[in-house]
Amino acid sequence: MVQSIRERYRVQPVRAHKRNWPFPLNIYQSAVGRKWVMALTGIGLVGFVLIHMVGNLHVYEGPARMYEYAETLRTLGGGLVPKGLILWLMRFGLAGMFALHLHAAITLKDMSRHSSEDSGIMSGAKKYAGGRDHIAATYASRTMRWTGPIIALYLLFHLADLTWGWWLGPDFVRGDPYHNVATSLASLPVAALYVAANVALALHIFHGAWSIFQSLGVNNPRYNHLRRGLATGIAGLILVGNLSFPILTQTGLINEDNRPCPVNDSTGLVCLAEQAEGH
Amino acid sequence: MNDTISVTIKVWRQENPDAPGRFETHPQEITTDASFLEMLDLLNEQLNDRGEEPIVFESDCREGICGTCGLMINGRAHGPQKATATCQLHMREFEDGDEIVIEPFRAAGFPVIRDLAVDRSPLDHIIESGGFISVGSGAAPDANLTPVAREAAEKAFDAAACIGCGACVAACPNSAAQLFTSAKVGHMALLPQGQPERWSRTEAMVEVMESYFGSCTNHGECHEACPKEISLDFIAYLNRDYVKAKVKNRALSGQR
Repeated sequence: MVQSIRERYRVQPVRAHKRNWPFPLNIYQSAVGRKWVMALTGIGLVGFVLIHMVGNLHVYEGPARMYEYAETLRTLGGGLVPKGLILWLMRFGLAGMFALHLHAAITLKDMSRHSSEDSGIMSGAKKYAGGRDHIAATYASRTMRWTGPIIALYLLFHLADLTWGWWLGPDFVRGDPYHNVATSLASLPVAALYVAANVALALHIFHGAWSIFQSLGVNNPRYNHLRRGLATGIAGLILVGNLSFPILTQTGLINEDNRPCPVNDSTGLVCLAEQAEGH
Repeated sequence: MNDTISVTIKVWRQENPDAPGRFETHPQEITTDASFLEMLDLLNEQLNDRGEEPIVFESDCREGICGTCGLMINGRAHGPQKATATCQLHMREFEDGDEIVIEPFRAAGFPVIRDLAVDRSPLDHIIESGGFISVGSGAAPDANLTPVAREAAEKAFDAAACIGCGACVAACPNSAAQLFTSAKVGHMALLPQGQPERWSRTEAMVEVMESYFGSCTNHGECHEACPKEISLDFIAYLNRDYVKAKVKNRALSGQR
């Protein structure tokens, strides 16, 4: 069959149209909808990071108040629900948001990569031989796909370190966060890792928090100039708060001296509970 | 005042869409009063005289309003001057002894036809999917028949300034066509005349766009490259209207 030149060289779509999923899942089939999901889960995740950081400031009030804070999280809902239920619901919610955020990011990156492929000088990433000037793109926006995986790996390390206690081994005392933080962050390599990961987190949030407004179309000429400042403020707040923990542990502000209670998971925790009630 | 500078032109040459491309280097003496495209015209005359193939590049109006020209000059769409199409760029923007690298606009949706000319028909497909008038709508109505708020008219005019050159796609690290599509959707979505098909148009245009181009990650490179300085705000409006359209179109088509 003879193919006309016109047919031969017609620009082909990079992506074929897929069968529509039922509403509202079909919104997630489009890149714009997927960016909405990234933005909405981003709000949830930034909110979590912010609250997590503020809650952790209890560490500066000493072991008893830190214990009380951790215990409060486990007993959220009071006597109405079984102990730990609300905490576990929030954990599942976070894991779900994290999974969606990750899936959207990976598939969108893939889509952009396919849209930039060409027979010429580009392979995978878009590169011009004339030297590509990044004029508007910030360091943070260009490194989103690196800071993202760094945060994911750091999250796994952080859980293994202070939730599951794999590193501290017998030194890990479940239910005594002050002790665990002070012991883990006293090691210089661990503290350095926390610092590096939190710089990546702040960079990610610096671009992400601004990007949320664009992706969701929250745009009003009267307030647009505030968006960059807000993103910088949130990222800066999280950076300063989170960096204070490893740095102040290293300088000795958070340490186990003058501890009113022994460190162990039986009498130690009972003692902490009594101390907490005293205030 | 008629300064002459010598520059080295490093230009992309490609026989046809399937051929592997390569860079070719030509020294060039040129007056700074020449426009960038005139410089290429003169270079092509030299190539013709020597019996070589002239460099293929696109241009039409040469006054910055048709969107036909468009070259990647030293890694920047439309060259170093802000808010200027390639045809309005002059050699006075360059220094004596500069090396100027000229490449076609790159994206999977913009295959090279030859040398510096690329096929930008996917942008036309986006426009086509937006629909057209298929009924006799009579003579043009009186200009003041439909009142338009001044702010809306101004904004719509800002969006309508888009000349469809494709610089936004070329400059975008993701090869997204968000700025182009948002300008086209935006200039009609802002006006009362554009309301009847607003939601179906937005949905259709975004979906055709996504079949050719990448996903917007809000770098902002497109706005810097745009010869008409289309605002990133239109991308935000598009993102909002698209998801609204998904909800509304379903209601309009009677699915409950």
